[in-house]
Amino acid sequence: MSAASQSAGLWQLAWRRLIADRVAVVSMLVVGLFLLLMIASGLNLIAANWSEEVAVGYAPPSFVGAAKKAAANSPRQADNSPDAYPGTVKDPLATEIAELRRQLDGGVTTSSEADLELGDIKVVDPLAKEMAEILGTTTVAAHHELADTLPFGADKWGRDVIQKTIKGSETSIFVGLTAALLATVIGTVLGAFAGYYGGRIDDFFNWFYNVFTAIPYMLLILAIAAVLNQRGVTAVVLILGLTGWTGIYRLVRAEYMKHKSREYVQAADAIGASNRRRMFVHIFPNISHVSLVQLSVNAVGFIKSEVILSFLGFGVPVDKVSWGSMLNEAQNELILGYWWQLAAATLAMALLVTAFSMFTDALRDALDPKIK
Amino acid sequence: MSGDDNILSVQNLRVSFRLDKQTIVEALKGVSFDIPRNSTVALVGESGSGKSVSSLAILGLLPKENALVAPESKILYQGRDLLRTPQSELRRLRGRDFAMIFQEPMSSLNPVFTVGKQIGEVLRLHKGMNARQAKARTIELLDEVGIPEPQRRYDAYPFQLSGGQQQRVMIAMAIACEPKLLIADEPTTALDVTIQKQIIDLVGALQKRRGLSVLWITHDLAVVGEIADRVIVMRHGVVRESGDAKEVFAHPKDDYTCALIQCRPPLDRRPRRLPVIDDYLNGACLPAAEEMHRGTSASDETVLEVRGLCKYFVSHEGLFGKRIMRAVNNVSFAMPRGKTVGLVGESGSGKSTVGLTIMRLHQADGGEVLFRGKNLLELSPHAQMEYKRHIQIIFQNPYASLNPRFVVGDILTEPMRLHGIGVNEAEREKMAAALLDRVGLPVMSLRKYPHEFSGGQRQRIAIARALTLKPEVLICDESVSALDVSVQAQVLNLLQDLQDEFHMSYLFISHDLAVIKYFSDRVVVMNGGEIVETADPDEIYRNPKQPYTQRLLASIPRGLTTP
Repeated sequence: MSAASQSAGLWQLAWRRLIADRVAVVSMLVVGLFLLLMIASGLNLIAANWSEEVAVGYAPPSFVGAAKKAAANSPRQADNSPDAYPGTVKDPLATEIAELRRQLDGGVTTSSEADLELGDIKVVDPLAKEMAEILGTTTVAAHHELADTLPFGADKWGRDVIQKTIKGSETSIFVGLTAALLATVIGTVLGAFAGYYGGRIDDFFNWFYNVFTAIPYMLLILAIAAVLNQRGVTAVVLILGLTGWTGIYRLVRAEYMKHKSREYVQAADAIGASNRRRMFVHIFPNISHVSLVQLSVNAVGFIKSEVILSFLGFGVPVDKVSWGSMLNEAQNELILGYWWQLAAATLAMALLVTAFSMFTDALRDALDPKIK
Repeated sequence: MSGDDNILSVQNLRVSFRLDKQTIVEALKGVSFDIPRNSTVALVGESGSGKSVSSLAILGLLPKENALVAPESKILYQGRDLLRTPQSELRRLRGRDFAMIFQEPMSSLNPVFTVGKQIGEVLRLHKGMNARQAKARTIELLDEVGIPEPQRRYDAYPFQLSGGQQQRVMIAMAIACEPKLLIADEPTTALDVTIQKQIIDLVGALQKRRGLSVLWITHDLAVVGEIADRVIVMRHGVVRESGDAKEVFAHPKDDYTCALIQCRPPLDRRPRRLPVIDDYLNGACLPAAEEMHRGTSASDETVLEVRGLCKYFVSHEGLFGKRIMRAVNNVSFAMPRGKTVGLVGESGSGKSTVGLTIMRLHQADGGEVLFRGKNLLELSPHAQMEYKRHIQIIFQNPYASLNPRFVVGDILTEPMRLHGIGVNEAEREKMAAALLDRVGLPVMSLRKYPHEFSGGQRQRIAIARALTLKPEVLICDESVSALDVSVQAQVLNLLQDLQDEFHMSYLFISHDLAVIKYFSDRVVVMNGGEIVETADPDEIYRNPKQPYTQRLLASIPRGLTTP
């Protein structure tokens, strides 16, 4: 490494070590791809129409083929009423209008005074405007025949599983990252105060920590969910963030206890740096790798926790989709043999979580401040 | 010397380490030396000289992943080349024929086993003894290395023994299998002088009694003079000089050896400026520069006065019990302006605690620190801020005392910013650059991080940081102890120049009697938290009054003092 060039700080050195690690680069690319997907879907660039019925219900993946087509189509054919399927919009007056037109075209003879006026008469559909509106807002697919197969199949309502998975990543990753950020901030700040000041303050925070960890995790989640009394992404983030800070708290507290008696902190004291300055300007940059690694460890954990919460019914509301809610739906589908929704959500999650974990490991290696 | 006289012969040893894909560092550049039978050979060098790598190569302990040994290298032992001996064979040799003592006895002993068990295990493994034989032999060994009451100590855990006793246990373990070669890697560096003396005597006696060969690795030439028959001086992976110890010390041929001998503060003289390595590498061995007088007089103005300072550490035992450790007990001394007070003592004497308590980095439990008529210990944190400018501290470990995430520029401007020195950032930066230049570092260092500097350079940065506030009192807490001797001389010269220039008073805290003697105008000897003796440096070395001081002085290694 060239020492002569512009000095590389410890962060820069860590970054160099990180990009020299092949596993780290690959996992970073995978995580980056997921983040891009999440942002793109958040901006409605892709998967904006995830809630459209684009195929028949439970349309199997293309590679499975249409062997199951008949079986998949059967529930639809049994019930032919148009209202059951919001995708097929039909004008309720259509038959009457058609009858009228037929009569007009057919040159029906009437009285002479009536003839005069009839020349200008046109059959007007009174619902035409509304119909045009309805047809305009609903998807193109509504005009077409519903597909029998999709690249990775469809769910009960004929929605594309791939689009659903992409849309689901938006919720899952967003929840995972923000909840992890919240937990890391709480844990780091409390840990910093407890570890730096020690004594009574430490006792107080430890007492608080112990109360938190003494309550069984699920019970705590249920309690917070009950207090928040709402469902939605914010609630999930709060639940996970407020329960997940304990591990970071302990680690950061231990780091602060170790660092506060280091000579460089004593030296800062000697030149007159205030407590707050020593805590956040001097010590924090030296322990921030702990917080950073914990942030990414927690992000992985919370993505999984969101799935569990949604599975238990405390997750995102029905008008949203997340991997958790997909798995929740999949538990009924699986009995019927429709495995693709489960597979898609599981695959996406496994890929992200594995890549994220490997990235975390590489990050920890790269940030290890063992270099002098 | 014929091959039969040597127990081990290292020939043209070249070792490189691969740091990453591009960088390969050559640690040993063709090193050759012999270890004769029944003698002590000292391998001397500063950090980075390759002395430890040599010993690891002999034992076959070089890290396999990144160590590269050149094909022409040879380490001959009993007619075979150790570099080409299979690991399984080497492992047997390591237990039976070679033994090693390390620097830190505390971390070399397993804390969860009794010392008796640990020595016994070696005997059972390599000598095939049964439990009873091993125990009997272990007690004999403990007795031989001078552990009192070996029967009882057999069941002691490492933490129940003092540092010196732990090192004795390590030695007992090393000689348990009657090795032919004992490699001692800085075995006394972590120990106090009085203990160091005992360990040196012990190894010397064992060597003679058992006819061992000892390879003693050290950075301290004074120790070498006491123990070694032959000396090998290494620098940057090259043997600079080797030969009979007395001959090398009396008539060093190499400039570097010459410099190493001269740059240790001498006990009998006091040159104004210590010679540094560059002086020698540029020219021949120079005669010592002008002498300097040290000492205090009654007319000296007192800058800082410490009166009856106390600091206790309370540890809670059981539910209600507590034990009070009097780290500093009723310590009083005065610091004259522009002079140096040397505070000397062994580890645990409370000397560092005195420095930290004066700075209020520890809260005092009693006494006064008077500066300009004010008791600093009573000031509120706010009022104290003003006085922090006037008293500054330099710590021991330059690797730990600089924040690794700050560039040098930030490290130097921060104190000025906190104390409102300088009008704006640009002016502060200019002052920082000037100070950096004053302590002998290039101005471009402002943009660099501490990890890019060597230990000596970092200590210069720490000194510059203290100087930003233009203090009147500078506390140097073991500030040169962690540095190589040649760097130590440079930093001491720098401190002396700065004292002459800024007229600062130093409180110089050290365990190193030679440095204290050289550098102080007044010496305060501490033991067990209390002051034992206070006197003029020359007086105390010539005529120590207290038995503790006498014992301390008697243990200084005098291998180098020319009669």
